[in-house]
Amino acid sequence: MLVMAGVTVLVILVSIIRSQPVVTPAGAPADKAYGPADFPAVYAKDDALVGIDSNATGEAKAFAVPAPPFSEGVFPCMECHSGFAPNPERRPLEAMHGDIVLQHDEKNRWCLDCHDANDRNQLHLANGTLIPFTESYRLCGQCHGTQFRDWRSGIHGKRTGYWDGHKRYLLCVNCHNPHSPRFAPLQPLPPPIRPQFLRSSDGPVTTAASTQRSSVSAAKEADHGGHAR
Amino acid sequence: MGPAKFITTSARFVLSGGLAYWLWIGLLLALVVWGGMAYVDQFQSGLIVTNMRDQVSWAFYIGNFTFLVGVAAAAVVLVIPAYVYQWGPIKEVAILGEILAISAIVMCLLFVVADMGHPERFWHLVPIIGNMNFPSAVLAWDVLVLNLYLVLNVVVVVHILYRGMQGRHYNPNLVVPLVLLSIPAAVGIHTVTAFIYAGLPGRPYWNASILAPRFLCSAFCSGPAVMLVLFQILQRTTKIAIKDAAIWKVAELMAYAMFLNLFLLGAELFKEYYSATEHLIHFEYLFKGIHGHTALVPYAWAYVICGVGAFLLFLFPATRKNIITLNLGCLMIYASVYIEKGMGLVMPAFTPDTLGEIYEYTPTLHELRIGAAIFSIGFLVFTILCRIAIPIMTGEFTKVETPATSRASARVASAA
Amino acid sequence: MADTPANRNACTGTGPEASPEILGLSLDRRNFLTAVGLAAAGVLAGCSSEAREKYLQKHFLELSPQEVERRLSRLSAEYAKQLGQPVNLSGTTARPGVVFGYALDLSRCIGCRRCVYACVKENNQSRDPQIQWIRVLEMEKARGIDFEGANPYYDPDKVPDPEHFYVPVACQQCRHPQCTTVCPVGATWQEPDGIVVIDYDWCIGCRCCMAACPYGARRFNWGEPHLPSAEANPTMHYLGNRPRTRGVAEKCTFCVQRTRDGRYPACVEICPVGARKFGNLLDPEDEISRILREKRVFVLKAELKTEPKFYYFYGI
Repeated sequence: MLVMAGVTVLVILVSIIRSQPVVTPAGAPADKAYGPADFPAVYAKDDALVGIDSNATGEAKAFAVPAPPFSEGVFPCMECHSGFAPNPERRPLEAMHGDIVLQHDEKNRWCLDCHDANDRNQLHLANGTLIPFTESYRLCGQCHGTQFRDWRSGIHGKRTGYWDGHKRYLLCVNCHNPHSPRFAPLQPLPPPIRPQFLRSSDGPVTTAASTQRSSVSAAKEADHGGHAR
Repeated sequence: MGPAKFITTSARFVLSGGLAYWLWIGLLLALVVWGGMAYVDQFQSGLIVTNMRDQVSWAFYIGNFTFLVGVAAAAVVLVIPAYVYQWGPIKEVAILGEILAISAIVMCLLFVVADMGHPERFWHLVPIIGNMNFPSAVLAWDVLVLNLYLVLNVVVVVHILYRGMQGRHYNPNLVVPLVLLSIPAAVGIHTVTAFIYAGLPGRPYWNASILAPRFLCSAFCSGPAVMLVLFQILQRTTKIAIKDAAIWKVAELMAYAMFLNLFLLGAELFKEYYSATEHLIHFEYLFKGIHGHTALVPYAWAYVICGVGAFLLFLFPATRKNIITLNLGCLMIYASVYIEKGMGLVMPAFTPDTLGEIYEYTPTLHELRIGAAIFSIGFLVFTILCRIAIPIMTGEFTKVETPATSRASARVASAA
Repeated sequence: MADTPANRNACTGTGPEASPEILGLSLDRRNFLTAVGLAAAGVLAGCSSEAREKYLQKHFLELSPQEVERRLSRLSAEYAKQLGQPVNLSGTTARPGVVFGYALDLSRCIGCRRCVYACVKENNQSRDPQIQWIRVLEMEKARGIDFEGANPYYDPDKVPDPEHFYVPVACQQCRHPQCTTVCPVGATWQEPDGIVVIDYDWCIGCRCCMAACPYGARRFNWGEPHLPSAEANPTMHYLGNRPRTRGVAEKCTFCVQRTRDGRYPACVEICPVGARKFGNLLDPEDEISRILREKRVFVLKAELKTEPKFYYFYGI
């Protein structure tokens, strides 16, 4: 009787360990363990705290933002634009700035609805007030009031700095390309390793040169359509 | 007779035996060594040698622990008729139930140690020198209650055997209160173990008030099944007189427990399947499989069918008293409860896990080896204690000190 | 039993009423305990004094400030040796008047997983076996928040997928944590600033906390953790990102080594779309308080009454 019981138990147990899962899990195979070192472009040592204080008392400068991300050599604009009269006619640009594709309510608006016609070094609000590029958020905030109010109180936008002191603010255009602000989809970093592959018998699996992933690591540098950060 | 003589006489009993006995001991020791080596590997490499992962963080070891707590609690099925109702046929053999309880608790504690990530930090659990999170942590309660039950049974058994070896009656003022205390303690150990599970709202499969009653009912089926088989073996291999009436009474009590076990299972299945909430998915994994994952389905149906079959065999006196169907029923209910407590309790709770992921767990060879070693240690404890107890119970043992041997042994046999 | 010479115990010469075997039993137990105690003492005496001190060290909350300093400096030296670089191990306590809260904008999260790996880097998690404190779940828009259909292993070419949305889950830092209730040795507890922490040197590895957590937030070191020294973050906190051993539990600590110094957690800072927000719930002007006031927040598994301090909301 005992022998029968023992044999039954053994058969059950052996059949358990011999059985393999028959279902391939949904999603990626995820049999590799990646680490942040595999993505040096994303996790470059970048100190977000340059120029900000923690717990600084007194009047903080309103929105100490970094410099606007101009393309190479394009600012100050008046260096070129002082040489000819502005052309207020709505048209696709051909002679210069043809690389800019406007995907920002382009049916109703064009360049001079934001860029001031006479002083190209500045932008203008709806009532004509000129504002410098360093305060371009005031312009965006005209239409995107909710986002602007959220941004002011720290709810909107990439958040770095000190929660108990000065938050670091970014300009809208540090993340959003003002001409085509919608973020482009990007490639996600790899999924976690599946639990059945957790145990590696031959040492660490994270190597920068591991697999086809490394060829797309470079692609991850261009995070969002437009401006690098 | 002093303690030294007790130990040497006990050792003499344990070390004397025929070929079958030594083969049995040899097999157990071999399994202990084989599993012990696996444990050394686990201690050095960590629990990664098991197949437990974050998604299924309790599995083989804790499943066995839960099952064995039930077996230990089942000693109460012998203790109540023996000491509360003073029913002779069971009273003669109640000590065997207590010995089984000791072996089971030893195995429980070993399974817990095997499951710990830092077993050498066990002293953190001890009140005063460590930092036991009492009364908030149910696991702390479990540690206290399990050790209390172990101590109770050890004191009672050692006392009875010690006195028996002296040819004297046990001291009823010591034994009877402890034995009566072991009844609520037995209920307590399995209830507290059930509360460890039932108290977790994050695991809806466990978070049911029916869990503690289910545990007790299945404990009172499975433990006595082991005892019945052991009684029959002892009847045939030793001179101990276990009356058939004792066996049939235990079987009858088991029949009641089996009915309650099935009833509570039915109640739980009704509630889950009828209300069909999100939580049904754990039962579906068990009985039907989800998204193609069906590893547990055959075992789940096996345990239900075995449970029902065993109940039917035990329900009718004709099959209950027939030695073949009795033993078949014992085997079936043992298998049913073993599967229910291991695969049927622990794994479905983690499949899918709290975030909906499905990781199908199967034990590794390491876990099986360590499990085999722990079961072997339990069997060794049981064998050794029986080896000491039975000569005393049967009167085979002739004392060396006082001449009133047969009278005293007979008294011991009727008292133990 | 009558007290006749026949009934006297020949060894002790006492009668049946004086219970020598009780003493005998006590002697047995006493002898046994003495033997065990001597054996343990022998083993401990054989170890080095550092090993002994480390094994017998007290629970962190029982330490006086001087003892904390001593332990921090011992551990600093140990980790510096292990990682081959100087480390800065602090035991900064919670600031009064601060309770940390977190809010995650589900309408913005694109599932890029940069938070996952930033957390791994900041918190010195084991690379192999891999541990990640944050798990990003891909869910179907048509089903809404439904864990049954959640998939953490998504790997499309581009995110966000138009039919799915993404829910990152890590420790919710509950106000009524289940994990701290069930820990049998009190190795995990909630600090005054709301962070649920673990003393890795006290944890026995029973994994009761992992069974209890409704959010699957706790991780276990199943094997010996492997952290390459080149990738280690030397700024550590005792309750946060110091290197762990195998056999202990770990989880998100709201980057205690950063947040107690006024900085944002690493996941907040890396998120490229600004979906993650963090601050002091007790400060009405803090962005987290504004979010609770102005946005409609919710928590996961609210029916369990864990009352997480990790909120989710839809910003647009």
